[in-house]
Amino acid sequence: MTDFLKTTMIEAAGIGAGHPLAEMLAGRSDIFTMTQQAHDAALTPNDPGGLSHGLRASLAGRMARATGADGLADHYAALAAAAGGAEDEARTADADFDGGADAWLSAIVRHTDLVTKDTKAVVAGDIEALKSAGVSEDDIVRLSELAAFVSYQARVAVGLTLMEALS
Amino acid sequence: MSKVIHHFTTTVPFWQPRVTPIKLDEATPAQLDALKVTPSNTKVSEYVLVLARDAETLRERTPLFNGIMYNRGGMSRAERELSAAGASTVNRCVYCLAVHSSRYNQLTKTEDVMEKVFADGTDADIDPRQGAILDFAVKLSQTPPTVTEDDMAKLSKAGLDKAEILDLILSASLFGWANRLMHTLGDPVEKEG
Repeated sequence: MTDFLKTTMIEAAGIGAGHPLAEMLAGRSDIFTMTQQAHDAALTPNDPGGLSHGLRASLAGRMARATGADGLADHYAALAAAAGGAEDEARTADADFDGGADAWLSAIVRHTDLVTKDTKAVVAGDIEALKSAGVSEDDIVRLSELAAFVSYQARVAVGLTLMEALS
Repeated sequence: MSKVIHHFTTTVPFWQPRVTPIKLDEATPAQLDALKVTPSNTKVSEYVLVLARDAETLRERTPLFNGIMYNRGGMSRAERELSAAGASTVNRCVYCLAVHSSRYNQLTKTEDVMEKVFADGTDADIDPRQGAILDFAVKLSQTPPTVTEDDMAKLSKAGLDKAEILDLILSASLFGWANRLMHTLGDPVEKEG
């Protein structure tokens, strides 16, 4: 059992032992431990398919930043730096980079932004666009889970920050 | 091709995948583990068979989902369903909203709250505690979230303690996850016949 205070979620919120919220959060320690396990599965899976650990962490940073979770985005930036990898993939953390000339990468970046910022607008044609750009069906699901997980984690981070103000 | 549903409903539709579901008889051991398929439980939805394409994440997601929605203490199950419904209206996940608004109705034995939420969103004329929960879930679901310290204060004023507020944050955020899968990887369609 991981100590929940050592999870990405809690560390990014700056909450340690003795923090006014620590005892209350301990009541849901199982949730934070499971969140860390989901984080590891989405960010650093044993089988990353076509989405390298570096690309995943860079995209996660992009999404966390767009969702207003800067502490979490900093964590993802460190994860991306540790993973290393291709330069263009690392650049996807930058909100102004659209994937460049590579059709596969630009389709991934476009979809990441759309799912993150305007979920309701996603239509069947957006999934077809990924397929047309050569993104495999396995990778479409992997990308969707990554975007979905980060959207969850970033919102919990925003919420925890507000709870600190309340405490 | 079945007719895609765009309006909010409490009748749970069929879900038509945009990505090919895996075939159960071709699933790898890791996929079967993530699917929790056992000899006595072989019924698996097409949605979960699509998610099995990322078995590692699916395996972690299922117990986390159940923990956030159903674990003991904290905010009531019905209020977690209301939070899920609020998130689902923002992302217009018709399928998720149908499942969780109908569960809310079953748990509370009411229909009027959800009817008002469907019609008027966060302007719905519902009791202050439910209204504060809905409003917070909706604001947290926007990108970026628009919740403020004032919204936190409103939750406290409406009677939510800190443990309940944490459950509200977790359940609304969880549907930021669920909606982004359900709404993007398939379509809600009318049941035939």
